Amino acid sequence: MRRRSETVVALLLFCSAACAVAFVVFYAIEKLGRNTQYMGLALGGSLAFLAAALIVTGDRLVETEQIEEEYPLPDEAAQEQVDELVADTGRRFTRKRLLGTAAGLAGASLGAALITPAASLGPVLDTDPLTRTPWRRGRRLVDTHGTPLRADEVDPKTFYTAYPEGADHDLIGSPVIVARLDPGRLRLPRDRAAWAPEGIVAYSKICTHAACAVSLFRTPRFPPTQPRPAIVCPCHYSTFDPAEAGKVIFGPAGRPLPQLPLMVTAAGELAAGGNFSGPVGPSWSEVRNRRAT
Amino acid sequence: MLRRAVRTLDERTGSAPFLHKALRYVFPDHWSFLLGEVALYAFIVLVATGVYLTLYFEPSLGKTVYHGTYGPLRGMQMSEAYKSVVDISYDVKAGLLIRQTHHWAADVFVAAIVLHLLRIFFTGAFRKPRDLTYLIGLMMLGLSLPEGYAGYSMVDDLLSGMGLAIGYSVALSIPVVGANVGQLIWGAPYPGAHSFESRLYIAHVFIFPILIGTLLAVHLALVASRHHTQFRRRKADGQRRVIGVPAFPGQAPKSLGLMVGTAALLFLLGGLVQINPIWLWGPYETGLSTNGAQPDWYLGWLIGAMRLVPGFDVTIGRYTLVPNPLWGGLLFPTLVFAVIGLWPFAERRLTRDRRVHNVLDRPRDAPWRTALGAGFLTFVLLVFFAGSADRAYVSYNVDYSTQIWIYRALLITAPVAVTWLTRRICLGLQRSDEIDEEREAAEREARQAAQAPA
Repeated sequence: MRRRSETVVALLLFCSAACAVAFVVFYAIEKLGRNTQYMGLALGGSLAFLAAALIVTGDRLVETEQIEEEYPLPDEAAQEQVDELVADTGRRFTRKRLLGTAAGLAGASLGAALITPAASLGPVLDTDPLTRTPWRRGRRLVDTHGTPLRADEVDPKTFYTAYPEGADHDLIGSPVIVARLDPGRLRLPRDRAAWAPEGIVAYSKICTHAACAVSLFRTPRFPPTQPRPAIVCPCHYSTFDPAEAGKVIFGPAGRPLPQLPLMVTAAGELAAGGNFSGPVGPSWSEVRNRRAT
Repeated sequence: MLRRAVRTLDERTGSAPFLHKALRYVFPDHWSFLLGEVALYAFIVLVATGVYLTLYFEPSLGKTVYHGTYGPLRGMQMSEAYKSVVDISYDVKAGLLIRQTHHWAADVFVAAIVLHLLRIFFTGAFRKPRDLTYLIGLMMLGLSLPEGYAGYSMVDDLLSGMGLAIGYSVALSIPVVGANVGQLIWGAPYPGAHSFESRLYIAHVFIFPILIGTLLAVHLALVASRHHTQFRRRKADGQRRVIGVPAFPGQAPKSLGLMVGTAALLFLLGGLVQINPIWLWGPYETGLSTNGAQPDWYLGWLIGAMRLVPGFDVTIGRYTLVPNPLWGGLLFPTLVFAVIGLWPFAERRLTRDRRVHNVLDRPRDAPWRTALGAGFLTFVLLVFFAGSADRAYVSYNVDYSTQIWIYRALLITAPVAVTWLTRRICLGLQRSDEIDEEREAAEREARQAAQAPA
């Protein structure tokens, strides 16, 4: 019985060695070398055989008698000694309160001083950068490759992502969603009447909930439950109504999508009519008191 | 030979008594005691594969154009960081194997910790004198989540960018100082300064691993110093004496086998099962996102929580006191960790049981703990599954708004139902134990009566 178990363990160890060699071969031979599956199988196999050998050893070949041991008990004498030692030291101070306050003050001040350099990590007090966007009146809307977007190219039933011409596309204030809606069904506030030429609207593409790109456009497939087109964020399902100034109609977002006023240039291209209706992206405490700048 | 080595070492370090103690350390035998070990071994694999990856990874957001092996990305602009990970996957021999093994190891690491935590909780192993050990374990779990998040975020692919955008929004949602905190961490408004990448990198490869490693050492030292807990046995004073297999020779091959076996599983997964194929997601751009995208499993509960919170900001006039992401992204996990961390102390108060416990409860022995634990677990699991609502949307075409309402309804009803049911089951099992004991006693009596001379 013992001899048989020993044979099994030896065989498992040989298999483990063979797999390890195979791994080196797979690695070294260029033709096979790029094959992650072979390498993983060989290395994992080698380890698995070794594990099996160890477990058989533990199960069959090694003495597994059980032993007992006392759980440790608290050493009360030592506790007592520590108590006394600390109490003795304390007795030597006559003005404990003063020293305690002074030490606390020194500790707190030094601690504050030591973490002060961390303030260089970012603009701590100035929150104005959060409201900045590259959009200005007259700045054209371009696609990823920088080609200006023409008003007559904007199809209903789908949406477009556009960026401000000549600006960094990766700024949170850059990307906008452009869609053509039925002008008769637009319900924008009165002061935004001129923001949607021919029914074309533009909103920030950054969700006001958690800054994901709102990249789903839901055109109504089933009017009773989905009466109008909607812009949906794939992260947490905030859903915005493009016909009603980006109003939240479902999900966790707390603010509407900021709208970008549009105009059509003489050449028929789309351009911004100004900055967004509000700060772009996720909310912070001051967000409702600030404007996009 | 070995003998001489032990002598030599002992003469210089006095290690022999310690060594003897370590070799005779008692391991009570139960499969569920091995879950923590799996986490430990996954951590070792993480460190080993992680060191290899740092030799190739470039923590830089500098722009470059890809001209490498993977055709579909050629000519595309991307960050150095993203390019270096595509290169690890395609051009470094065995690079993809190591990278995927690293990613799998992270997922298994957190999973093993969570299962270990459940074992500790439902058997009452967290009670005095091991409550400190428990808290340190919980802290490691708390640290491993941002550690994993930083790891897949610094790759700068589309998924990591979406995750960072959400993290940024949660930072911004901290009342009053959120905007300051967000800019401090990111160095500038999102997507942040270039130096943000170095911050993620140093957090991932240095700060968090050092913290986890240190706590791990303390955790193990505490486990060893108080000895393992054990299940109750007949005819043994389990409270005073621990019974089990000694570390050497009995336990050593088993534990080593488990270590090598864990490594085997991770390398097999890393070689055979694709994970996070970043070349398919593409480099991150602020204006892009995709549906059906999932973070690593251990952050699913946060995405779920952020989806399920009703859409409102707490405002005073025009001042936004609590922007919405705070609830799901920060308060919910803080609350969950607080409940788990404070439980031992709450239980001690409520049961007025301040004794030392070396013998474990079976879940049925503490019906209220088991029932409340199961109810709480149900709550967290439901939130977790809400994090995969987009998979259900993509795969089964269930409307997401319907799903959200179903989850909200379940969140209110299911934990209560599970708590009630679990308690009933525990009490039922206790009753059946009693019946068994009565029957055995009766049989014993009957046997004795039969044997007795008439």
